[in-house]
Amino acid sequence: HCIFSIKALLRRQTSCMLNEQSLKQLNRMTSCYVVHEAPVRRVAIFGGTHGNELSGIFLVKHWQENGAEIQRTGLEVRPFITNPRAVKKCTRYIDCDLNRVFDPDNLGRHMIEDIPYEVRRAQEINHIFGPKDSDDAYDLIFDLHNTTSNMGGTLILENSRNNFTIQMFHYIKNALAPECCPVFLIEHPNLKYATARSIAKHPVGVEVGPQPQGVLRADILDKMRKIIKHGLDFVHIFNEGKEFPPCTIEIYKIMEKVDYPRNKNGEITAVIHPSLQINIYC
Amino acid sequence: MAASCRLKPLSSVAVSGGTHGNEMSGIYLAKHWLRDPMELRRGSFAVTPFLGNPRAIEKCERYVGQDLNRTFTTELLSSTEAEDEPYEVGRAREINQTYGPKGSAQAFDFMFDLHNTTANMGACLIVDSEESLLPMHMCHYIQTHYKWSPCRIYLYKLPGEETYSIDSVAKAGLALELGPQPQRVVRADLFAQMRALMACALDFIELFNKGTVFPAFEIEAYKITGRMDYPRYPNGEISAMVHPKLQDKDFLPLHPGDPVFQTFSGEEIVYKGDTTIYPAFINEAAYYEKKVAFAKMEKHTFSIPGLQRE
Repeated sequence: HCIFSIKALLRRQTSCMLNEQSLKQLNRMTSCYVVHEAPVRRVAIFGGTHGNELSGIFLVKHWQENGAEIQRTGLEVRPFITNPRAVKKCTRYIDCDLNRVFDPDNLGRHMIEDIPYEVRRAQEINHIFGPKDSDDAYDLIFDLHNTTSNMGGTLILENSRNNFTIQMFHYIKNALAPECCPVFLIEHPNLKYATARSIAKHPVGVEVGPQPQGVLRADILDKMRKIIKHGLDFVHIFNEGKEFPPCTIEIYKIMEKVDYPRNKNGEITAVIHPSLQINIYC
Repeated sequence: MAASCRLKPLSSVAVSGGTHGNEMSGIYLAKHWLRDPMELRRGSFAVTPFLGNPRAIEKCERYVGQDLNRTFTTELLSSTEAEDEPYEVGRAREINQTYGPKGSAQAFDFMFDLHNTTANMGACLIVDSEESLLPMHMCHYIQTHYKWSPCRIYLYKLPGEETYSIDSVAKAGLALELGPQPQRVVRADLFAQMRALMACALDFIELFNKGTVFPAFEIEAYKITGRMDYPRYPNGEISAMVHPKLQDKDFLPLHPGDPVFQTFSGEEIVYKGDTTIYPAFINEAAYYEKKVAFAKMEKHTFSIPGLQRE
């Protein structure tokens, strides 16, 4: 899942008191003309990119046995477990974080003996669903994650110019209203990371919490399931030719990652303050 | 009215943080106390803090080879060292040597053990059985003096079962189990609560050592009767989740016919027992591999005789 906490969204302040207003930088993005895009035919749903984030793992496993719920006419939807060894051990990763190694360097690395498991796996995944940045790549990948943070059902956007994804998020947000569905934009010169889903033309991150690692909560799974249902409905309606009018969505853009205070041994010397711990996202 | 029991004052007391290496409240408290033990001192005694499972703490995992808190059985403690034995077996022997030997006159008078759970158990005090007089009095004292939240008492030993937990090394023990908190996460509120609970417990020991007479009382406690696994597929994977109506309802009554699980297709599975039970450790992360979706308990009221020091 994404490595930032809610604290990552704060701009550094000179004073120690942070008020509600300064916590979010709002961006409004509006489409002003009609864009025509190719139909979206090849869709994948990734679960288990982190082996201890259980909602996506169990949803994908269920859909692999009984995929009726994720089928739509005119679409191929493929549920897929990305990190099976980590899933088996119920751990985030074996050697390194799979969701950080889909950059050109790692994807192009030579397959030598002691290559980390996740780098080898990333190359396999790129071969099946990519290659990244080519015409053969999958059109759309939903990547399912959980977080221990109180983020509700957050949708993660990689590119502020991806109209298709922004319209999808608008559709999902409306479908889930009045339930909150925040959008998190990870576009940033140094903080953006090379996700598994980034091999698709339209990468979509789905991050639902709070849920402890290694725990499967029915309410959290249900929320994730609903997000996927509406996402797939959108693709289907889009493919059928519907014109989606210009829309505006509010997003939270990453500014910075804030670490814990640490001592010279690297151990944390302070914990998240109780008043920030319960801060509701929206 | 039962006569007061007399027990020796407590002088050797220890507290373990990180018996499980990913339960963070106790780990950070123990590390704090190792740097600054002042908080653990009282007039008549001082508490020795230690890190239960240092290798697991380093890796931020529950355990390295096997669950340390199941390793304090007589058989494992008296086994001879073997090359390929799990790390925790050797560690249990060390702890038994330092704070035990279990069952002997030299064993520490009391041991506290600090835990977190992903279950919604609030502040839970875990004692082996209602027959452990000193811990029961300590729990009663904590319940009446700790005002941040209700504290429930959980009696964990099944009849005929041997004790196996780290605090069974000492003559008497108490585990503090606080949740919900994800593994590997430290929440400020639970950290503060655990610290306050310890302070309360130490106040009790100090009062006891100073000669306070603690009268008999009646107390409500939850006694374990069994454990319920998840429904599973033939390949061993779980086929249903804790039902949303049961999730987070630790210590609330579960009646026959109430929903307990929900399959991935949305079907409801109900509780098929004969009587109302009280569940705890509902959806604890560490218990999936132990094949436990929740522990089943009965609610009892026990009469506890009075207590004072010899």
